[in-house]
Amino acid sequence: MDWNFIIFSVIKIAVVIGVVLGMVAYAVLAERKISAWIQDRVGPNRTAPPFVENIPVIGPAMIRLGLFQPLADGLKFLLKEDFTPAGVRKAFFWLAPAIAIIPSMLVVAVIPFGSQLGHQKMVIADLNIGILYTFGIVSIGVYGIVLAGYAANSKYPFLGGIRSGAQMISYEIAMGMSVIPVLLVVGNLNLSRIIGWQTQHGWLVLYAPVSFLIFLVASFAETNRLPFDFPEAEQELVGGYHTEYSSMKFALFFLAEYSNMIAAAAMMVTLFFGGWTLPFWGLDHPAATLGQGIAHILVFVAKMLLFMVVFMWVRWMWPRFRYDQLMDLGWRRFVPLALANILVTAVILWIMS
Amino acid sequence: MIVNRKSLTFWERLYLPAVVGGFKVTGRHLFRSLFGGKTITMEYPEQKWAVPPGYRGAPYLVRDQEGNTKCVSCQLCEFVCPPKAIKIIPPGPAGELADRPNAEKMPKEFEIDMLRCIFCGFCQEVCPEEAIFLQKDYSLTGLARDEMIYNKEKLLALGGVHAGVRKWKHQLEETREQEDFPVKA
Repeated sequence: MDWNFIIFSVIKIAVVIGVVLGMVAYAVLAERKISAWIQDRVGPNRTAPPFVENIPVIGPAMIRLGLFQPLADGLKFLLKEDFTPAGVRKAFFWLAPAIAIIPSMLVVAVIPFGSQLGHQKMVIADLNIGILYTFGIVSIGVYGIVLAGYAANSKYPFLGGIRSGAQMISYEIAMGMSVIPVLLVVGNLNLSRIIGWQTQHGWLVLYAPVSFLIFLVASFAETNRLPFDFPEAEQELVGGYHTEYSSMKFALFFLAEYSNMIAAAAMMVTLFFGGWTLPFWGLDHPAATLGQGIAHILVFVAKMLLFMVVFMWVRWMWPRFRYDQLMDLGWRRFVPLALANILVTAVILWIMS
Repeated sequence: MIVNRKSLTFWERLYLPAVVGGFKVTGRHLFRSLFGGKTITMEYPEQKWAVPPGYRGAPYLVRDQEGNTKCVSCQLCEFVCPPKAIKIIPPGPAGELADRPNAEKMPKEFEIDMLRCIFCGFCQEVCPEEAIFLQKDYSLTGLARDEMIYNKEKLLALGGVHAGVRKWKHQLEETREQEDFPVKA
């Protein structure tokens, strides 16, 4: 344990958390803007600090895009009354938001968001069991929601919590099994190594398209996004598990949803779309120069943002599944499909070896 | 009633045609409103809707074409006003005279409390002088209650000139004609 490692780790953690939280804030804005455009609306286009208007050209454009809306939203969450209803179970009520957001932040720790910057590997923790760690942490996320539903001591949050428990456990199985073919092909659990494999052999989505499909659908379910947003289900459960929450505690659930999305997008990019690699412009091998290192990080972020847009686009495209359809899809379609996928991949690999 | 659901083919049960169709529709709308600027939102304070004829907005006092106050302070509108939003102070016996011929007096003060006004139009209907009209303003704002009580000056300024019939003009002409008798051939 040398000082160099500690200092660089702290810097990386600070930067990554900062970037992720910033992305979360702007993901909310992007969500609102995309939903607006899809529905032929304009979206947030007013909020701005007083001096911005006077900047020529850029100022009005920034206001038009609503770039200052996240600031106002954040401020609102901070300043609102943090109300604790009378009937709640206090300990769990306070614990639940923290349990919801911490796992989604922890997942980012193992994601290699770039190759190298100088001599530093662009990953906070280069774990040998990266994928297992991710699944372990993601499965904790469900506790936050279930606890929130239980702690609120009110029927809608309770129903939301129960449903999300069932949903997330069901889809975790499909999700976990969908990754196994990837591991079979690569032969390693380390996410950096998986990207390293992809630099030589091409993106894994070409080798395991079915895995990618299952992983994509399961991550929609895991992040509680439409068409699987059962825990919230505005139409049926008021606000679902966070009905009784207000102010910053609610904001934490909100942030958790979006940082889960970021984590899911990052995982998909890492596992199936080659992480920081691009097949052209010489970006497909670990960076030698500083410029290349930065380019790799930008490529990774760009790919991630693309997936985020897909997440949002789908949300405003599809209606919600019915509960039994969700379970049917999870257990009777995706679990067998994932199993068959493992078998087929294994057989093909066996024949080829 | 039992609705027979069409059983889906295998292709349809894959949800893929629905996915593609959904992406196509939503994508079309997204690009249209993002790059074509074809949003259906009316951005209110900058864009305003066309007020249809006959719309009952805020009641204002009007002047006639010669710039005179039309109101003669008869107080009919004050009496008819259902929410009692109108308050008129008549000039009294020794007060100021009307600023136009053929009128005995004009109001010393005329106030409409726009917070009380329900835009019913009774005042316009009852007015014998055609001095008050419901106009097209629908967005009245103020930072205090006092600001929402419009006085005579403000009402006249907002009301503008009424371009309609001058009710007493004909009679005025007749009176003038009578002065140099005999006139009409």
